[in-house]
Amino acid sequence: MKSIKDLEEIRKKTLDTINLRKDQSGIRVVVGMATCGIAAGARPVLMSIMDEIKKNELADVVVAQTGCIGMCRLEPIVEVYRPGEEKVTYVKMNPSKAIRVINEHIMKGKIVDKYTIGAEEK
Amino acid sequence: MKEISLHILDIVQNSIAAKADSITVKIVEDLTTDTLVIEIIDNGSGMDKELAERIKDPFTTGRKTRRVGLGVPLLYDACTRCDGNLKIQSERGKGTTVIAWFKHSHIDRAPLGNMIETILTIVMGNPEIDFIYIHNYNSKEFRFDTREIKQALGEVSINEPQVLSWIKGFLEEGFNSLSGGAEK
Ligand SMILES: Nc1ncnc2c1ncn2[C@@H]1O[C@H](COP(=O)(O)OP(=O)(O)O)[C@@H](O)[C@H]1O
Ligand SMILES: [Mg+2]
Repeated sequence: MKSIKDLEEIRKKTLDTINLRKDQSGIRVVVGMATCGIAAGARPVLMSIMDEIKKNELADVVVAQTGCIGMCRLEPIVEVYRPGEEKVTYVKMNPSKAIRVINEHIMKGKIVDKYTIGAEEK
Repeated sequence: MKEISLHILDIVQNSIAAKADSITVKIVEDLTTDTLVIEIIDNGSGMDKELAERIKDPFTTGRKTRRVGLGVPLLYDACTRCDGNLKIQSERGKGTTVIAWFKHSHIDRAPLGNMIETILTIVMGNPEIDFIYIHNYNSKEFRFDTREIKQALGEVSINEPQVLSWIKGFLEEGFNSLSGGAEK
């Protein structure tokens, strides 16, 4: 059985790693979490992003949620911000596409063109 | 929505948008009265009585990006299709309570679905909000309260990956303790 007391241990361990984590990447991944996004599958997309980030120990990548981006028919939408680069908007996402974006764009800096809004609008 | 837990995630977004710093979700499943009741209680900005009455109707919204609000009307529709209903109590400056209920055994009722993902999504996206979840299944009760977790964590944030993993495990145990009961 899990107990609140477990958190004391986690607290100690995490404090050590936080202190080591000085090189912030400045990368932000933002998932649209309004009604149309939620209905289209934003929640499992967010879950797969969190799992992939944990699996690859990308502790310095910030994952955030936002309200309506105003393009309901293109949901789920994921935006990626990297310092010094323009925002990239990925549309009609699902968990496996999201994992690919983490592996290629976040980890290797390679935009997955075919999932971007630019490719969709063509 | 395919799951009631998705409606809950969506209705909680309204509380977040209303700048609540405390949100409680309470679920009561009572098989003797054949009801499923969901309450979402926040201490956000609230709204006028008149607006609270109107938002069940899909041709109202507080936002400007889209002409019609969708979230509340969708839940209202889901409830009324299942011999249930939806009520909103709100007061400006105090907060809002949304109560939605369903006939538990109604053939059209969506499953509760993955409540764990809904709770994790809320907690990780809003580490500063106190979130309390109470689930009552035939008078067995499970509680989850981020205030207790934050107190134990001190200066460590609740959305650290290790903490979220612990929360996920804690929730899994909690939901298992309610069942072979609470549906998935
Ligand atoms: N918990 C709440 N606190 C304050 N205002 C709310 C709350 N829930 C709903 N509202 C108001 O009702 C409107 C309609 O809500 P909703 O149907 O979810 O559509 P949307 O969120 O897309 O506007 C909101 O824009 C807001 O003005
Ligand atoms: Mg809404």
